[in-house]
Amino acid sequence: MKTESRLEKVLEKGEFAVTSECGPPRGADPDLIRKKGELLKGVVDAVNVTDCQTSVVRMSSLSCCLILKEMGFDPIVQMVTRDRNRIAIQSDILGAAALGINNILCLSGDHQRFGDHPQAKNVYDIDSIQLIMTVKQMRDEGKFLSGEELTKVPRLFIGAAANPFADPFEIRALRLAKKVAAGAQFIQTQCIYNLKRFEEWMHRVVDMGLHEKVCILAGVTPMKSVGMARYMKNMVPGMDVPDEIIERLKGVPKEKQGEEGIKICIETIQRLREMEGVRGVHIMAIEWEEKVREIAEGAGLLPRPRI
Amino acid sequence: MIVAQAKPIEEILEMIDKYDKILLVGCKGCVAVCAAGGEKEVQFLASAIRTARKTQGREIEIREVTLERQCDPEYVEQIRGFAGDYQAILSIACGVGVQFMAEHYREIPALPGLNTSFMGGALEQGVWSERCQGCGNCVLHLTGGICPITRCSKSLLNGPCGGSSNGKCEVDPEVDCGWQLIIERLKALGEFESRFMEIVPIKDWSTSRDGGPRKIVREDMRQ
Ligand code: SF4
Ligand code: SF4
Repeated sequence: MKTESRLEKVLEKGEFAVTSECGPPRGADPDLIRKKGELLKGVVDAVNVTDCQTSVVRMSSLSCCLILKEMGFDPIVQMVTRDRNRIAIQSDILGAAALGINNILCLSGDHQRFGDHPQAKNVYDIDSIQLIMTVKQMRDEGKFLSGEELTKVPRLFIGAAANPFADPFEIRALRLAKKVAAGAQFIQTQCIYNLKRFEEWMHRVVDMGLHEKVCILAGVTPMKSVGMARYMKNMVPGMDVPDEIIERLKGVPKEKQGEEGIKICIETIQRLREMEGVRGVHIMAIEWEEKVREIAEGAGLLPRPRI
Repeated sequence: MIVAQAKPIEEILEMIDKYDKILLVGCKGCVAVCAAGGEKEVQFLASAIRTARKTQGREIEIREVTLERQCDPEYVEQIRGFAGDYQAILSIACGVGVQFMAEHYREIPALPGLNTSFMGGALEQGVWSERCQGCGNCVLHLTGGICPITRCSKSLLNGPCGGSSNGKCEVDPEVDCGWQLIIERLKALGEFESRFMEIVPIKDWSTSRDGGPRKIVREDMRQ
């Protein structure tokens, strides 16, 4: 089923897509999300809104999506299975569609252990692949998980995440295949710093013909400093930061490291663009949204196509 | 077995603070095997309480008993003759034992001396690890004999999340990634190809705790 998603249309036209993300505020101020939105105007085809990322409480993804929608964006609501059981999930899927949200990213979510409420009980009633199936069933069969019919189907473009750098490496392309079989239509990957390993994963994906069944958007995050690079390398599970990135950042004076990080990011995008099967880029400038325009500009991704 | 751990002595002392005559009841079942609530631990705890009370200048009378099992009415009833002589029962069985005490001796408070933790087994002397969450619908035949519900921190049923790194779980570098273990085992069994790609449907949790307190009735065994 075709949706109203601008992202879907851009991809359908064969354009190289650009998405970015907004992290919601730690408070009830809608202007904070509007400010982030302003920085992304005209730069992206769609914008993700994270769902209590790293298990830290923030404004709900769906509410922020609506705020961004009112600003003219095509938001991607992120939904994790950590905090919601199948009842809440299906309810939120209907709510998102009713509010005119066209895209959903299905995730299991970071475990609450590292968030601001490690004492919380988690849910994990279903996993990310089962969430993809849930959205697909509701949309394509018009049925709840119970099998009962729903009155109006939620027309959502279904996305999922992939981490080519997590272990065991040899099953990572297979896991993508599972997500595709479950109904994922677009994929946003973990931030890519190790291009060699990503390329290896991409080869497997292409060999399996998955790139023809799903649109893969390669994830990038600019490094602000060598400190951030070290942190990502050592502290974030499933993140692969090669030493050469750290060396390169170390090689420039402190005040120039951010600039260098942007340069690395732009070069990475240019390399990714050349790779078979990569259909777009997902720029995650964590609390650095003001740089997304510069990165997209530098990588020759602007202006975005009119749909 | 059910694996439990002693509560901190301070917590126990606070719990029994207002009593000067208690019945300390251990269990020879699981908690004896995991060295938390057997005969030895009863003696040990009793003497720790006595010493602490002595320093406070308030003596306490403790009767020490260790039952065959505290989860079985037949044994729980063995203290019927004298339980009433005490102000409280301090049980160092698992949570089941404490509750059986409470159910059988309604006028006497039953206090927990242990924190009951999980169903698991001993990996080596002094190390126990969780293996089962009693979901009520076992899938071990599909996952190489390794439980995804228990051993994956997110109870994922369709493969590892993106946080699996060097065989360890994103939650704790000391914890093995359950899915890494499952994959290795499926490969060793030659079942990886056939099992991994199959999408495991959404689980019916109604057989688990989510369905409410559970009960098994075996008509064939009832008298
Ligand atoms: S699948 Fe269920 S019953 Fe089997 S080991 Fe895991 S939790 Fe226990
Ligand atoms: S790292 Fe492994 S065990 Fe931990 S949550 Fe992810 S899949 Fe489960």
